[in-house]
Amino acid sequence: MRTKQSIFQDIDWIMVAIYLVLVAFGWISIYAATFDEQHRDILDMTQNHGKQMLWIVLAIVIATAILLLDHQFFETFAYAIYGISLFLLLAVLFVGSEIKGAQSWFVLGPISFQPSELAKYGTALALAKYLKVHGSKFKEMRIKLISLCIIFLPAILIMLQPDVGSMLVFAVLLVVLYRQGLSGWIFILGFAAIFLFVIALFMKQFSWEISSETSIAGSWLFLSLLASLCGVIFYFLRKSKGSLLIILGSYLASLGYYLSVDFVFDHVLKPHHQNRINELLGIVSDPLGAGYNVHQSKIAIGSGGFFGKGFLQGTQTRFHFVPEQSTDFIFCTVGEEWGFLGSVVLVSLFVFLMARIIWMAEKQRSEFTRIYGYCLASILFIHFTINIGMAIGLAPVIGIPLPFFSYGGSSLWSFTVLLFTFIKLDSERKFVLR
Amino acid sequence: MNNLEQRKFVIIAAFVIIGIIFLIQLFSIQVIDDSYVSSADNQALRFVTKYPSRGIIYDRNGEILVLNQAAYDLMVVPGQVENIDTTLLCEILDITLDEFESNIDRASSYSKYRASIFKKQMTASEYAQLAERLYQFPGFYGQKRSLRIYPDSVAAHVLGYIGEVNQRQLDLDSFYRSGDFIGISGIEKQYETMLRGERGREVLMVDVHNTVQGKYENGELDVDAKSGYNLESTIDLRIQKFGEQLMRNKKGSIVAIEPKTGEVLCLISSPTYDPNLLVGVKRAKNYALLSQNDSLDPLFNRALMAKYPPGSIFKLIQSLIALDEGVISENTGFTCNKSLVGCHNHPSANSIKEAIQMSCNPYYHQLFKRLINRGRSKSYFEDSALGLEHWTERVTAFGLGQRLALDLPNLKAGNVPSVELYDRIYGKRRWAFSTIYSLSIGQGELEVVPLQMANLAATIANKGYFIDPHLISNIQNLDSNLPWEHHETGIDAGYFEPVIEAMQWVVEKPGGTARRARIDGIEVCGKTGTAENPHGKDHSVFIAFAPKENPKIAIAVYVENAGFGGTWAAPISSLLIEKYLTDSISDTAKQNQIIRADLISLEDVYED
Repeated sequence: MRTKQSIFQDIDWIMVAIYLVLVAFGWISIYAATFDEQHRDILDMTQNHGKQMLWIVLAIVIATAILLLDHQFFETFAYAIYGISLFLLLAVLFVGSEIKGAQSWFVLGPISFQPSELAKYGTALALAKYLKVHGSKFKEMRIKLISLCIIFLPAILIMLQPDVGSMLVFAVLLVVLYRQGLSGWIFILGFAAIFLFVIALFMKQFSWEISSETSIAGSWLFLSLLASLCGVIFYFLRKSKGSLLIILGSYLASLGYYLSVDFVFDHVLKPHHQNRINELLGIVSDPLGAGYNVHQSKIAIGSGGFFGKGFLQGTQTRFHFVPEQSTDFIFCTVGEEWGFLGSVVLVSLFVFLMARIIWMAEKQRSEFTRIYGYCLASILFIHFTINIGMAIGLAPVIGIPLPFFSYGGSSLWSFTVLLFTFIKLDSERKFVLR
Repeated sequence: MNNLEQRKFVIIAAFVIIGIIFLIQLFSIQVIDDSYVSSADNQALRFVTKYPSRGIIYDRNGEILVLNQAAYDLMVVPGQVENIDTTLLCEILDITLDEFESNIDRASSYSKYRASIFKKQMTASEYAQLAERLYQFPGFYGQKRSLRIYPDSVAAHVLGYIGEVNQRQLDLDSFYRSGDFIGISGIEKQYETMLRGERGREVLMVDVHNTVQGKYENGELDVDAKSGYNLESTIDLRIQKFGEQLMRNKKGSIVAIEPKTGEVLCLISSPTYDPNLLVGVKRAKNYALLSQNDSLDPLFNRALMAKYPPGSIFKLIQSLIALDEGVISENTGFTCNKSLVGCHNHPSANSIKEAIQMSCNPYYHQLFKRLINRGRSKSYFEDSALGLEHWTERVTAFGLGQRLALDLPNLKAGNVPSVELYDRIYGKRRWAFSTIYSLSIGQGELEVVPLQMANLAATIANKGYFIDPHLISNIQNLDSNLPWEHHETGIDAGYFEPVIEAMQWVVEKPGGTARRARIDGIEVCGKTGTAENPHGKDHSVFIAFAPKENPKIAIAVYVENAGFGGTWAAPISSLLIEKYLTDSISDTAKQNQIIRADLISLEDVYED
């Protein structure tokens, strides 16, 4: 067995470089978003960009520390970290501080900490460790269920805070199970469910006027169409006896689901969620109310044009038309000041980084590293999709940060830890046995 | 397991697809759809019009006749008005809640995102109260404008007034934008393009709270406002003011001209009004009061627009033409035969000088007959027509019957009757000298405006020529020669000597008709007139110039319904001449008597 000469040996410098570019680009954008004439100093600690500089320095320290750890550490302490994060998630419900309507923070003097950040890491490690051991028997229902439990236990605790955004981050770990052998149908079903949900919301607003006295409510129209469709499919598959049962079953399931959408939408979702969904789907338009953030965000990005307005020249972001512009809506600064070109660079960097992680994961001899890599890529993917998607009006407004980019020590450090753990594990791939 | 490993392609494909969807959406909103650019500009940029200050108008000695005073329009952008203390704002602005609502509604109906005027023309002190609290009212800001102010409240008819452009003017001239001011009368109208200057523009960046955050693109798109040109007028503030004072409670006008240059020294129409009444928001109300509720019509500029028969002052022109045509000589005498035209009692005039001095009507009847009937045709009618045609031409050369080139709008031409006129009235060859003889003494169809009378005085003072009378002598900082022309009457300068001599007698000799115009130490030459007025008491007329040698001022005074010309018009002239030449008044009793005289009420008594 060979031994490593240096902790920096075999490190994937490409990933490190992308990380540094994203962090720097993010910091510039935060500087632009908070810039004003009185606070030109790049290290002004009263301003977000000054603080972010400090967080970045600390993040690099953390990254180095992770590279210094023994690679066995992560696998060894996977369950422990997971356990601690579950405990903290439970504790935060009782002793946490409420920020923006969610009881998700521990505040100790100047330091605040969000246990859901740790939980992402803990869950990724625990899932990797569990599947490393039991992954070969993934076809067994028991293994599947335990895997799902590992994912959804923290998700449920987070839902109680309630923090819909962070919860989605856990749901995306189903991608990892898909790679492990979970049927792709679950995603098709998921998309079908979202599709039905959207249809149901639209149909609520719609009715077909046959004459001045009679009109058919949109819902009945859709359900009748769906029934006819099932009838047609059955006609073509009439030779297969079992198909009748399946078609009838799925029709009834759809019917039940469809009818439950009303209930879920009106009674389970909070009014601000309802507004955001209605706004996204264009069912209602209220640019000064619920749609304000996205409306302003699109104006900022859209006004950037092809080449952008230039560094520190963005009027929309600099003059606070866009809310939350150094955290959730940080992408606006990129879109406005760097234009389509800058946006292409950013989107490409993310897609390349995520694809590279998957690619590298598949090269691993260690199952643990491979599965952990999938967890990392999935988590980055959901943040990337939701964050940029909402800024350009393609996803509902859910307050989750853009990895490495958004302002905030908590999220920067947690993504740094997530990424550098993988870089560390990957650097050991030549020294581990399967 | 190999099979499952292929799933990495599905997952990577999902990443790439999301990335592509994002880029398509970004391309669509950033590159294809440009509505976001204008939305951004509407929100973050504020286009502030920088209004130029209107040119100042000075008198001939550099005294200010009209200048500007800061005023502020309170602007509102309805879409940015939120969470304001409406009651407090109404209190500061001294408006009711209803007015507030209706102003906001009006502004919103124009545009929610563009500024419209909320309250017009607040004075600097009114605005100061609001300015320090303006930060409490997002969506509101002040726009600096300027209003005219007339420090001496004089020369309303000369200076004119400005007002907001109307729709017709907006359609005609793309220079103007709604809310702009435009000269409506007087010099303000005549010199509008000089006075108005050029609008500037400032592009500011505002933040979400509508607070200004600095200049957009470091002010590269800004354009400075260009002030209007300052005008130097020919008006002498002292005599303009003094003349207005003398004309108080009298109807009529005074025009004084510097003969050598054609510069108008004063131009007064009475009754007049305080030009400060027609400034700013109060203009509309006061205009209505002045134009409708005042039977004396103070807005009517009599000096340029009131057409009067010239009366006896016209005898000067008759004398000059007759001498020049050679139909009489300096020593021609006619008996004062009152059979055809009336006259007052005086010895018969044995020379043209005596005729002028005594203003003998029969003398001019006979003189005019010689001018008209010169035996050019055997037909009496034809001969009269030929005579009149020539006479009309010669009279017109004195600036009568034509619009003088004065730089004010709405100038009237008056009337010098022509052959065509009488042909139209009576028919061709149906009229002759006997029909038109009242022209001989300045009555009949003759009509002149006071400016033309003053111009006549100046022409005589110049012994045969006049320069276009004008009010502006220089446009500061602009190289342009103002187009004032020299006009010859065609009368030989020598013929003016006896006429001028006689005009001096009118004022100075015992038996002269204008003894009240005498001034110690100044040789005043003048001629009275008393124009018949079919509607009431006769109009009192006097034209004069002084001093006799190298005249400095020519003047015409016309007082309506004041009776004999020597009684009112002559002393008013002399006071103004004295004031202009010596800057003092020796006979204050005469001055006070005239200032106190109320000829308007007098007229009322006569009419009853």
